[in-house]
Amino acid sequence: MNIFKEVGRYVLLMKRVLVLPDRWSMFFRQFPKELEKLGLQSLPIVIIISTFIGAIMTIQTKLNTENPLLPAYSTGLVTRDTLLLEFSSTILCLILAGKIGSNIASEIGTMRITEQIDALEIMGVNSANYLILPKVIAFVVMMPFLVIFSMAVGLIGGYLVGVFSDVITTADYLLGIQYAFIPYYVFYSLVKSLVFAFLISSVAAYYGYYANGGALDVGRASTNAVVNSSILILFFNLLITNLMLN
Amino acid sequence: MIEVKNIDKSFDGNHVLKNVSAVFEDGKTNMIIGASGSGKTVLMKSIIGLHRIDKGRIEYDGRNLPDMRMKDIRVLRREVGMLFQGSALFDSLSVLENVMYPLEMFSPVSKEEMEIRARFCLKHVNLEEQSFKLPPSEISGGMQKRVAIARAIALQPKYLFCDEPNSGLDPKTSLIIDRLIHDITVEFNITTIINSHDMNSVMEIGENIIFINKGEKEWEGTKDDIFHADNEELNNFVFASELYKKVKIANQ
Repeated sequence: MNIFKEVGRYVLLMKRVLVLPDRWSMFFRQFPKELEKLGLQSLPIVIIISTFIGAIMTIQTKLNTENPLLPAYSTGLVTRDTLLLEFSSTILCLILAGKIGSNIASEIGTMRITEQIDALEIMGVNSANYLILPKVIAFVVMMPFLVIFSMAVGLIGGYLVGVFSDVITTADYLLGIQYAFIPYYVFYSLVKSLVFAFLISSVAAYYGYYANGGALDVGRASTNAVVNSSILILFFNLLITNLMLN
Repeated sequence: MIEVKNIDKSFDGNHVLKNVSAVFEDGKTNMIIGASGSGKTVLMKSIIGLHRIDKGRIEYDGRNLPDMRMKDIRVLRREVGMLFQGSALFDSLSVLENVMYPLEMFSPVSKEEMEIRARFCLKHVNLEEQSFKLPPSEISGGMQKRVAIARAIALQPKYLFCDEPNSGLDPKTSLIIDRLIHDITVEFNITTIINSHDMNSVMEIGENIIFINKGEKEWEGTKDDIFHADNEELNNFVFASELYKKVKIANQ
């Protein structure tokens, strides 16, 4: 029964969040800050993780496909499709669920326990809309850019393996990442990332908004936000994949 | 004027407020006193509408809060200022921006006029110019309370709520805050409700006092009436310290 209560409360919160802001000027003051905090500040981690994963994936694919029947370009092809289909959308979002989810939940949770949200409500402000909407929209806007960036950097990471080692030649790798390219995979990946971005930001905001008690409870809200948004990402990944690729 | 009529409030079967009625008048510092866990915070939060009551009426100059839709409650709340126990200032904004915040949300005036109004409010609560640009975390607890008062009066509210305004403050600063609340109440003819268990505050500015015990209104009167009250629970609460026992004897 508890899950129905939670889902109901989440839906009611989203009903308050997804309305036009009381003051657009206040929204546009918050929005660039959130773009910077949730999007641009995530770039370093996206670059580091994507480069290394791209490189590691290339090495592992090559080592596991040592078969003369398989063409030399297959390593690049597998690396590309894995990055495009799964890593740069789903795995990256699972990583960002930890970074962004805990950030949003702890920020809003701290505002809740220090009565800042009550102060907004007393002033007559729709606190849910004022605090959560700029975060959700900013993250949804930034996520496709992060995903495309991750795809590009991941492919570069694989290329660097060819440059700095003898695991694969750069020519084979470059041929592989261009061979039988299906642009729809990028579209599929971007659609997934938009859904995941909404889930991460809104679920984290939900747990932060309804935090109560003290510092310990903010930590608990943060953990719940990360765990539950990760589970939802996996569930929706299955659902969207079934709908778009099956 | 705020009138509370026969309100009841329960949490999961725990009856916290039992048939409480009270009248809070304009231009007066109305105080709700009582021991910890007596229900005074629930009463205040119910009056503001942060808790939905089970039964009764809460009338803001005739407008019954429980009957209002959320949209109308938001409009009413623009007439309300509140001073929270922990000040509840926005961490991400400076002192000046905190006071400007309600003006930016709801006032149609220009940014320059908002800043003039915010500076006026900050000076009214005796804050120095050099603190205006600082974040709340870099000023003292007493100064934070003053900023919170300035923010609460920025939109010239008709109703002011103060939840434990002296919590965590030294006696001298508490006195300054008490007098500030009282002066603002009289100057702007605000209906002020203060939730407190600080007897110094009660004796300093309590004009209309309501004593809550176990969720019920046990007693009502002025600070002078307290010395002659025969309510045992009230006497146990007010005259718990040796100092106030002596004050009572001296007054009788």
